[in-house]
Parts: sequence; structure tokens; C-alpha cells
Amino acid sequence: MKKLIEKHPLAIRWFHWVNFPVLMLMIWSGLWIYWANDVYRIGWGDTTLYKFFPQSFYDTVHLDHKLAQGMAWHFVLMWVFFLNGLLYVLYTLFSGEWRYLLPNRHSFREAGQVILHDLGLRKAAPLVQKYNGAQRLAYTAVILMGVGSLLTGLAIYKPTQFGWLTQGLGGYEAARVQHFVLTIGYVLFFVVHVAQVGRAGWNNFRSMVAGFEVADVPAGPAGAPLAQREPDSRA
Amino acid sequence: MALEPTPTSAQEIPPHPSPDGENLTLPPGSPLAREAARRTRRSFIGLGLAGLGGVLGWRYLLNAPEADGVPAPFRRVLDANGRLSAAYFRETRLAPEFAKSLAVREVRTNGSAGLESDIDLAAWRLAVQPYGGGKPREFTLADIKALPRVEMTTQLKCIEGWSIIVNWTGARFADFLAKYPLASRSGQPLKDIANPPADLAPYVSLVTPDEEYYVGLDMHSAIHPQTLLCYEINGQPLSLEHGAPLRLVTPLKYGIKHLKRIGTIAFADARPADYWAEQGYDWDAGH
Repeated sequence: MKKLIEKHPLAIRWFHWVNFPVLMLMIWSGLWIYWANDVYRIGWGDTTLYKFFPQSFYDTVHLDHKLAQGMAWHFVLMWVFFLNGLLYVLYTLFSGEWRYLLPNRHSFREAGQVILHDLGLRKAAPLVQKYNGAQRLAYTAVILMGVGSLLTGLAIYKPTQFGWLTQGLGGYEAARVQHFVLTIGYVLFFVVHVAQVGRAGWNNFRSMVAGFEVADVPAGPAGAPLAQREPDSRA
Repeated sequence: MALEPTPTSAQEIPPHPSPDGENLTLPPGSPLAREAARRTRRSFIGLGLAGLGGVLGWRYLLNAPEADGVPAPFRRVLDANGRLSAAYFRETRLAPEFAKSLAVREVRTNGSAGLESDIDLAAWRLAVQPYGGGKPREFTLADIKALPRVEMTTQLKCIEGWSIIVNWTGARFADFLAKYPLASRSGQPLKDIANPPADLAPYVSLVTPDEEYYVGLDMHSAIHPQTLLCYEINGQPLSLEHGAPLRLVTPLKYGIKHLKRIGTIAFADARPADYWAEQGYDWDAGH
């Protein structure tokens, strides 16, 4: 029997959709700042595999000569990013949503199964609750990354008054590298996230907007019969 | 493996296989389909309106009248950030110091505003306008060198994002104010950084002799023990491009605040003009 099942609480949908444009603008203004000293690369010695960023990238997206504007945007929007993230974490703690989000002892094995399944190497999809192991790991990691961005950002924003933090992270230059690497991490998260959302389809995407998901559940009390099915069984 | 059945309310999603491949189409025209369509429509319109509101609000902020090179609402937030960091500021927190051997031999320069006019180093005098009023006092480089000599090897951080370790020598600005009580209205010397005279000026202004480059500092940063009136780099007198004969150095601030070739120092009740803050940068630019 098909039912509408409540999936994402309204608060989480708000936090998600506020965070999306704010994080985009933080990355964008961060690129304006980074342009003024674009020294990072992947490589060793005289060998450079990839330079952040190639001239063609700058030419395409016009990142140049916007340092002051980038800093102004960054130091305004950091408050929105921080407060929205803080409220999200508090909400998940007090509502009990953290139970679905934090990895548990099954999550790493389950994440492996999910990856094999998604790559087409394993036929059966693992049994999941609200989120599978890969999702639990990813959604928890991205929160820790957010904390990391706040701390490394503070370390390079006020390096003397928060010297304990800056020195704890390995110094000013190291903190700037970490802040940059975390940003690349968000971009990678975003690519995988959007690909997975596309793959999961409309029903799943809609749930992050409208809150509900259509599910096909057997008649009778939901929960127990489903829970006893083998993970390899398909609905 | 079966997951432990967890107590679930009717509203919660029970453990279930990942739904890919399931046919979840609702029967067209059924009450459930109408309910789903209604909720979907309402939520997407809501998200669309919120997005539109966000875009319009952001554009409104960006198009607000400018205050020193940035839209005024942004400037207000930058200033509020400055007040927060001023409240957290302690003069006992020091920027890290490094072994002298780590200091660079060739110190990078960046920009020549304020340094393009001719200068006669022998005729140069530092002019200091007393906070209490009256005629400016003049000081020779020898007067500054007569103050306790401080050598420090600290990181010079450029607002562009690069940094270098530099060996500086000079006199603490706090020691200057301890000997020459020019920053307090009643003419009291600065005996103790932690307990400055109650009528100490809140701001310091530094200007090059040609008045082309100018910097404002909060007094707490100015009297920080690592804020120097600097006359040597790597033990050698400053070259012209590094600000001969006397420049400001403070690892609390980005390089843009390290004014080279100081001409005049004055004290103020309000934030003095600042070359880069007028072009959209944060007035505090550091800490």
C-alpha cells in the first residue's frame, strides 16, 4: 500500500536550503580572496599536476581583483553560515534526528556495500533506515568540515588574538592551507551529493522540499515486518 | 543480517531496502495523489518565494549606498566584527616570534604609495601632534633610537594572503609614549600598557611626509608590546623602499597598516582616515 511518509522535518529543510546559497557565496567570495595569492597546487618539486587555478578558470569566471569585496562578503556571510550550522546541530541534538545522522558500528561496512552497489559491483542495496551508512558518514563529516572551516577561518582572521588556535593548527600558513582544502572538500561533497540526488530520483529530492516521501509499505503496523526482511530483499 | 526493530511511531520511516527501482507512482486522481500534489505545489512555491526573497534581499544589500568602498550594510557588519574583536583583545597575547635564522634576506615590497616624493633623510623629522593640543613636537631618528632597542622576528602577513618572516628592530610605540606623554589629554605618560591613563586617545593616525599614504590604528594595537617604530631590518638601516628612516611594524595587523616613512603621528577621538579602508577594506585589518 502506498503512503506518504514524513521524512525531513521543516526545520532541517530550512537549514539545508539556507546553507546551500550561503555556502556557495562563501566559496565564491573565498575564491576572490584566494586569487590575490593563488599559490596552491598539486605536485612535487618542479612537477605540477594541477595549479589552483589555471588561467582559463579565472578568465571564465572573472575572479580577479575583487579582494576587498571578497573579504567584505566573507566576513558578513560567515555569521549566517555559522548561525545556521549551529542551529542545525542543536536541532538534530534536541529533536533526536542525530540518531539517523551519526555513524554507528554498522556504518563503515554498510558504506562499503553502498559504494559497491552504486558502482554496479554489488546487486543488492543494503537495508537502510532513514540514511544509509555512506550518508551517515558523509553528513556527519560535512558538519565536522564546517566546524573545521570556522576554526581554520578564525585562525587566519585573528591570528594573534586566537594565537593558541593558529599555533595549534600548525601556524598561519598551515591554517590557510587547511581552510582551502576544506573548501575543495565541500566542492567534492557537492558533486557526489548532486549526483546521488539525481540518481535517487524525484521522490527523494522532493522530500527535501516538501518533507514527505511516497513509500510502498505492507498493510498492517509498519516497522516490524519490514525490519525482519533480509537486506538483500527488494520491495 | 536484520536490523534491530527500533520503536517507531506511525510517522517514522521503518528500516527498508533502498527504494531505487520501485514504482512509486500514485494512482492518478486518487486522494493520495491529490494530497501529494497539493503539498508538493505548496512547498515548491514556498521555496521559490524564499529563494526570490533571498536574491532580492541580497541585491538590496549590494545596491545600498556605499560606505568607504563597500555597501553600507556590509561596512556596519565589518565594524561590528571590529568591536567584537576589540572586546576580546588583550595586549598580553603576542604574535609568535621566530628564530632570527628563519628571517628572509630579501624582504618583499608591495606598493609605493607615500614613497614617491623626494626625501632628505638628514632633514627628516618625526612630527607628533599632542592629543591635548598645542604645537607639534619634532623628533630626530636619534631620539627614537635613544628609546629601548627592541629586536623581534615576526611574521609579516599581507592582506593578499602571503606571509614572510622578518627580523625587525625599533622602539616600542608604548615606550615612546612612556617617555613623551603626548597621547593623553592631561599629558600623562604611559607607564603601564595594562593600565593606560584614563584620558589616553582611543586612536592613532600615521601619515607619510607627502600625505599620500595614511593609516589609522586603535590605541590598544598601537601600544601593544610588539608594535614598533622600526628603523632596521636584519640589523641594517631601512632602505628607502622599506620606509627609511622610520616605519611602523605591528604583527597584529596586515602589511597595509605597516606605514613606511612616517611623517606625522596624531591622536584622535574617532577612527582616523585609512588609505585602504577607504577602498573597501576592513578598517581593523588584523589582530
